[in-house]
Amino acid sequence: MTLLTALLIIGTLALIFGAILGYSAIKFKVEADPLVEQIDALLPQTQCGQCGYPGCKPYAQAIANGDEINKCPPGGDATIKKLADLMGVEPKPLDGDHGVEDVKKVAYIREAECIGCTKCIQACPVDAIIGASKQMHTVIIDECTGCDLCVAPCPVDCIDMVPVKPTPQTWQWELGKGVGDIPIKQVL
Amino acid sequence: MVNKYMIDAEHVVAQLNQGRLFDFSGGVHPPQQKSLSNTTPINTIQEPPVLYIPIKQHIGTQGNICVVVGQHVAKGEALTQSSNPFSVPVHASTSGIIKAITQHPSAHPSGIPEMTITLEPDGQTQWQLMPLLTDYTKVEQVVLLERICQAGITGLGGAGFPTHLKSNPQKPVECLIINGVECEPYISSDDRIMREHAWQIKQGIDILRHIVKPKQIIIAVEDNKPQALNALKTACLQDNGITITSVPTKYPSGGEKQLIQILTGEEVPHDGLPIDIGCLMYNVGTCFAIADAVLHGKALVQRVVTLTGQALAQPQNVWALLGTPISHLLDIAHYDPSKQLVKKVIMGGPMMGFTAVNDTVPVVKITNCLLVPDKQELPDIEDERACIRCGLCAEACPAGLLPQQLFWHSKAKEYDKAQAYNLDACIECGACAYVCPSEIPLVHYYRKAKTDIKHIALEKEKSEKARERFETRQARLLADKQAREEKHRLAAEARKKTMDNKGNDAKDKIAAALARAKAKRAAAQNNPPTDSDK
Repeated sequence: MTLLTALLIIGTLALIFGAILGYSAIKFKVEADPLVEQIDALLPQTQCGQCGYPGCKPYAQAIANGDEINKCPPGGDATIKKLADLMGVEPKPLDGDHGVEDVKKVAYIREAECIGCTKCIQACPVDAIIGASKQMHTVIIDECTGCDLCVAPCPVDCIDMVPVKPTPQTWQWELGKGVGDIPIKQVL
Repeated sequence: MVNKYMIDAEHVVAQLNQGRLFDFSGGVHPPQQKSLSNTTPINTIQEPPVLYIPIKQHIGTQGNICVVVGQHVAKGEALTQSSNPFSVPVHASTSGIIKAITQHPSAHPSGIPEMTITLEPDGQTQWQLMPLLTDYTKVEQVVLLERICQAGITGLGGAGFPTHLKSNPQKPVECLIINGVECEPYISSDDRIMREHAWQIKQGIDILRHIVKPKQIIIAVEDNKPQALNALKTACLQDNGITITSVPTKYPSGGEKQLIQILTGEEVPHDGLPIDIGCLMYNVGTCFAIADAVLHGKALVQRVVTLTGQALAQPQNVWALLGTPISHLLDIAHYDPSKQLVKKVIMGGPMMGFTAVNDTVPVVKITNCLLVPDKQELPDIEDERACIRCGLCAEACPAGLLPQQLFWHSKAKEYDKAQAYNLDACIECGACAYVCPSEIPLVHYYRKAKTDIKHIALEKEKSEKARERFETRQARLLADKQAREEKHRLAAEARKKTMDNKGNDAKDKIAAALARAKAKRAAAQNNPPTDSDK
């Protein structure tokens, strides 16, 4: 009898707790930020494909599945460091097979030479080139990510990658170069 | 809802009348060098042979250029225009011919070329005045704000924020504070303008009073400028609504937030504006310019610039046309090249200024001083030594920050940590670097960190936009592909259907033909051929 009572009590308790746990698992479900989204947010969104994947999101997917984190030249060392922090691995130097870190560039179409073939428009991953068949094309500089993908398809080689010039608003202060030094010290 | 930190103007003025002032933590007392330049009246100088007028001289967006090369412009004629509220126009500083519209080294620490209009004065000085609003009390506020904007007025104290935006507060203004503190050593441009043009400053204050309707007006002047204080007192003698107060000399008591703390005892929240606690602050030079625009119809085309430093034989204050290259001003003040090893001109004061990249850089709306030190006066920055953790910088910081922590994190590029220590609350006054025994250029590190943070945020925004565009494009391509496949499928079905239909037709035809043949045969059997048929 004692055995039966004990079994009953324990069994009832197990049922009650099971019900509570089951309910709270549904009710208080934690929506974890999926890893792919987090990785994608760190990538530079150049969509250049230098990593070997067709865009940043597919590469993010690949990293989440265990691919190397050092295949993104536009992101460079800064991005690798952030990815390493996120993935909990050691940062590695950039994989040279996929390209080298370069200054930021944008595409520029020499409009006089453009024949209006629309090949670059089809290549642009972010729709930053406007134009139509047999009409001159041009690049929306503000939207261009500098991915380089439009250069190869151009049959007349009229696209240049031009480094972005700094303006006083985007200029980055260099230390110890003597530019813009603040005087501060006075001995008088 | 009333902000609990909102100051009470009556209470503040009552305290000031009892001679009670507050203090802010920190601050430094650099040696004063104002007497170099403040003993002579503001000099009206000859026009330079050429003026370089940058089209953006304020915080905000630039306007569109509305003149062409070769055009003759009158003094005060607008060179840019825009309907953007964050844009203020720039004007021809004198009458002359537009010679070029090109890139020219900017009055910015980087000296990166900016779009600049080159104007060659014709020597006629013909004004193009705006209609006078002499009876401004009968004019609506919005008309006055429009005038202040069209006259190109920005804060002349240093930051260059458009005045018309500041003068349109959405919250009640308890105290209108007029800043005549000018705490940087060496600079005396506000000092001279207060001494010589106190009446016009008073007129500007009256216009502001009409626009923003403050409960009280306070004018603050540092106690090292007794003549300026007396001149303002004389000008405001008849006016009971204005309290003129003298504040102790200490750097940086002219900082907006610091001065509010001195006068009211309240701190402006580090992420807020003075208006959040009911204050609005204007520089004395801005008041002068507002009176010029409203009562005389003159756009902002000149400002007082202090020319000072031991390498100048005749330090003085001058009325410089905006766009005057600094080489012209150096000639006026008789620059002595032998006093310097390399030519070095500092735009702004010794605490917050920067070295100009060359001597064609123009005077802009925020240029209050050109400091040309001799060899001993401001020695070059020596190599910084290691931080010895003395803590002097924390004692000197007027914003109550921890400069050491900010320094570590800025240097290590740990910007999130630097921001956690409120890097953005740093006013870059230079007090910490001034006291540092290891000669660490602390403000350099902070400015670099700040620009880096801004840059990272900008990149982030851009990459976010690129991601969105990429995904939109992918979705569009996918939709196109599906639409195409759907079209193909429908076309195939239609074809099959027609084929089926055609098939039926054929069967029908065959059946019909068979039927016809059958009928014919039947008819032949029923009616055998007769001889007559033969």
